[in-house]
Amino acid sequence: MLDLLAQTGLNAVYAASYISLIAVGLVLIFGVMGVINFAHGELFMVGAYTVVALYADRHLPFLVAVAAGLVFVGLLGLVMERALFRPLRDNPLGGLVASIGFLMILQAVAVLGFGVRMVHVPPVTQEVIVFSDRIRLPVARLYVIVAAVVLLSGLWFFLKRTRFGWALRASAQDPEAAALQGISINQTARIAMFIGAALAGVAGALTAPLVSINPHMGHSVIVTAFIVIIVGGVGSLEGAVIASVVYAFVHTFVTTLYDGVIADIVGLSLMLLVLIIKPTGLFGSADRA
Amino acid sequence: MRKLLLWTGVLAGLIALPHALSFSQQEILVFLVINVLLVASYRLLTLTGEWSLAHVVIMGVGAYASALLSKTLGVYVPLAILLGGVTAALVAVLLSFPLFRMKGFYFLIGSFAAGEIIRLLWKRFRDPFGGAKGIKGIEPMPDFSIGIYDFDFFEPISYYYLAGAVVAVCLWILWRIERSPVGLTFHAVHWQDKLAEASGVNLRAYRTLAFAIASGFAGLSGGLLAHYVGTINPNSFDVEVMVFVLTWAIVGGTSTFYGPILGCVVLTILNEIVLRELGFEQMRPFIYGAIMILSILFLPNGLESLIQKLTRRAPAKASKEKVAE
Repeated sequence: MLDLLAQTGLNAVYAASYISLIAVGLVLIFGVMGVINFAHGELFMVGAYTVVALYADRHLPFLVAVAAGLVFVGLLGLVMERALFRPLRDNPLGGLVASIGFLMILQAVAVLGFGVRMVHVPPVTQEVIVFSDRIRLPVARLYVIVAAVVLLSGLWFFLKRTRFGWALRASAQDPEAAALQGISINQTARIAMFIGAALAGVAGALTAPLVSINPHMGHSVIVTAFIVIIVGGVGSLEGAVIASVVYAFVHTFVTTLYDGVIADIVGLSLMLLVLIIKPTGLFGSADRA
Repeated sequence: MRKLLLWTGVLAGLIALPHALSFSQQEILVFLVINVLLVASYRLLTLTGEWSLAHVVIMGVGAYASALLSKTLGVYVPLAILLGGVTAALVAVLLSFPLFRMKGFYFLIGSFAAGEIIRLLWKRFRDPFGGAKGIKGIEPMPDFSIGIYDFDFFEPISYYYLAGAVVAVCLWILWRIERSPVGLTFHAVHWQDKLAEASGVNLRAYRTLAFAIASGFAGLSGGLLAHYVGTINPNSFDVEVMVFVLTWAIVGGTSTFYGPILGCVVLTILNEIVLRELGFEQMRPFIYGAIMILSILFLPNGLESLIQKLTRRAPAKASKEKVAE
């Protein structure tokens, strides 16, 4: 029993690490631009296909492929900011609709380029850390956990300790006041969009060898990310990380005890419950409501 | 008199239309008619200012209810479709308790969660919902004859006439509701909620009423769909279909009654006829997405704003401002 608990706990830590990368990006974009990026799951998918194209097909080193995924998806984010979200800043539903349109385009491109069938990427490493007979951690999963910790710490440092980070947080709190202080709203929007998209891309790239990849994989990703950001409080980065951990543990344990569909239902019910009781989320502040 | 002539012409055109089409186009026509009801009912919901992402799942509630009633309890099919609509409305009333504690963005996300939960319940419980494979072999509409015409509901033409008649009646009812004092109150709930509340309007009750009526008609359209295609499963009502409904409403525009219907008809013709004939099968989602983006960027008030310009009526914005004054 204790073995099972420990093993499920390890699985949950792994799930929490890549979910928090996705959710933090989504929250960052929402915080700075006030747009819910429905295409966020597809950015994850594009990151995964970058690894398919460079690592699995062209046999480049895995790390190079991951870095390429990060940069490429980040650039996609810049394109979205310039072409979609900036012109639609005054249209409350506009950004949402445009991002739905964009996700359909990304899916169609993935289908054209790679086909609808599932793709499997060869494993980076077969090594497994064996704690005991029943408790094992594949090293490939450890990489994802380490990368998530490094990237999120880097982001934390950037936001709290650099001038750009200050500007970003200022324009998330009050765009007008930030603009009056000489902070360029377009500049902060660009930075937020690049970082947010790149985090989704790198999450997709890192987990590519561990999941089966198909053009429609983004759907479950965005559902998970929505649950996490609602539970954590829309606009709260710390909340998103904590909620990722909570969600990952609940989901993993329910999946182990019952099955995946029940776990999804529990996750969605959790979100609905938070929306009913405290719509600002467990860690959100009231002013973003 | 001119109006009567116009409507008679439209009616004659709609009756003659399927005879000019190929078999597969006739089938698309049936879906189009059902979708017109779906998107028109969605507009009633948007009147109160709420954009739900559960509308297609609610349509599915009607479809499942109607299919199960006729299949397991042997209820007469037309009655089952009607009861499917009633079930959908009742489910909407139940959902309104949690959902109408939220507004705007939170309602959007909350309705999405509620819809997904319902869909997952269908998926999880094989008895009675049939699990991921859904319900197969749903009772078809029983054949009947009205003397001059024999209805054989395996023929799309017959089903088109039936569904068309039902949808026409429903549209008329929806139109009457919108024009009634209740419909005007829906507008007030959206544009002047504080003032409406101060004048004694129970906002919650009116939002629930709009949600229930819209859901009831969505459920009817679901029933019509289920007994035509004969098989439904949880994926028939997933978020992708919801995206289509949103697109129709936004491309068409939601400030007039005909806007969403226009969007649905134009995009379906473009998607199913033009693009399919041209052979862009794999490119269709791409083009659909591009249309969505282009129309929100360059035609934010929808296709209806073009028509309003052509007919030189007051643009939608002006009429909204009038309500706001």
